Amino acid sequence: MSDTVLIILLCAAATYLTRIGGHLIMVRFGQVHHRVEAALAAVPVAILSALVAPSLMAGGVPGVLALGVTALSAMRVSLVISVGLGVAVLLGLRAAGL
Amino acid sequence: MTEATVIESHWQSDMRDGLRDVAPVLGAVVPFAAVFGAVAAEAGMGMADIMLASATIYAGASQFVMVELMGQDLPIWSIVLAVFALNFRHVLYSASLGRHMGAFGFWQKALAFHLLVDPQFAASEMRALKTRLRPTYYFSYATAIYSVWLGANLLGILFGALIDDPAAWGMDFLLPLYFMGLIMGFHGRGHFWVILSTSAVASIIVHQTLGSPWHITLGGGVGLVVAAALSKPKEAEAAA
Repeated sequence: MSDTVLIILLCAAATYLTRIGGHLIMVRFGQVHHRVEAALAAVPVAILSALVAPSLMAGGVPGVLALGVTALSAMRVSLVISVGLGVAVLLGLRAAGL
Repeated sequence: MTEATVIESHWQSDMRDGLRDVAPVLGAVVPFAAVFGAVAAEAGMGMADIMLASATIYAGASQFVMVELMGQDLPIWSIVLAVFALNFRHVLYSASLGRHMGAFGFWQKALAFHLLVDPQFAASEMRALKTRLRPTYYFSYATAIYSVWLGANLLGILFGALIDDPAAWGMDFLLPLYFMGLIMGFHGRGHFWVILSTSAVASIIVHQTLGSPWHITLGGGVGLVVAAALSKPKEAEAAA
């Protein structure tokens, strides 16, 4: 086996460990404290917010306004439509030279 | 309605909803995957190795880092450690999503966790919140991303030099918008705005200081600590 293939397979194993690890830990410990439960319930919002936040800084005015439009519209309309509105705002403002 | 027709209708609607929800993500996956294929080929990796990496690791950002570090002639363990650290956020994903996988068999779970990329996690959490997360929904969504990811990888390897400017179609910003829309789907949950704003502010600070990808784990971690701190015991526990 070449070093490249070995590295790839070890990286794959390490990645799979992260993807199944959290679940295995939860199964092992069963009943969890209410604070752990609250933290887990917050995972989607906390991690996704952390994932998106730097885009506010990197996207300039079009990026910030596009994210704002998508955020507000997503509370009312479907995800596809709100993403489409955000893209439209982004491209419109970029075309306007902002 | 008999039980069989109920299952049948779930199967159909799960598949339809999975494919509908994944559609906007695919537009972002194509350029990302094509660029990875092109960059890895440029770095001297063979086609079989690149496809092996994309099929078995299946975590784009860490694959870029792996290719970069392989070019620097570092010891193998340090490359694997870097990939592990970059992907550490998945521990949180699986801890959270595993609780909604009651409808999955053992092997279904084992395969599902391999396919647990960021949009897969976000969409599956949303599905579990709205109705129930069933294997058909999960694997419809996952199969679409996985196959498009591998296909666009191959295109990137073959035609890397021809990729046009992704910014012209807003594709560079498609994933942030998609994640933003998904976040708002959770706005009815307790302490939503506090968790959102503390995570976002912490993420931006970490991003400016330590840099990527620590902003995801550390910034999100701050939000989790806030959520834990604000949590109150359930009545049953309080009475005990």
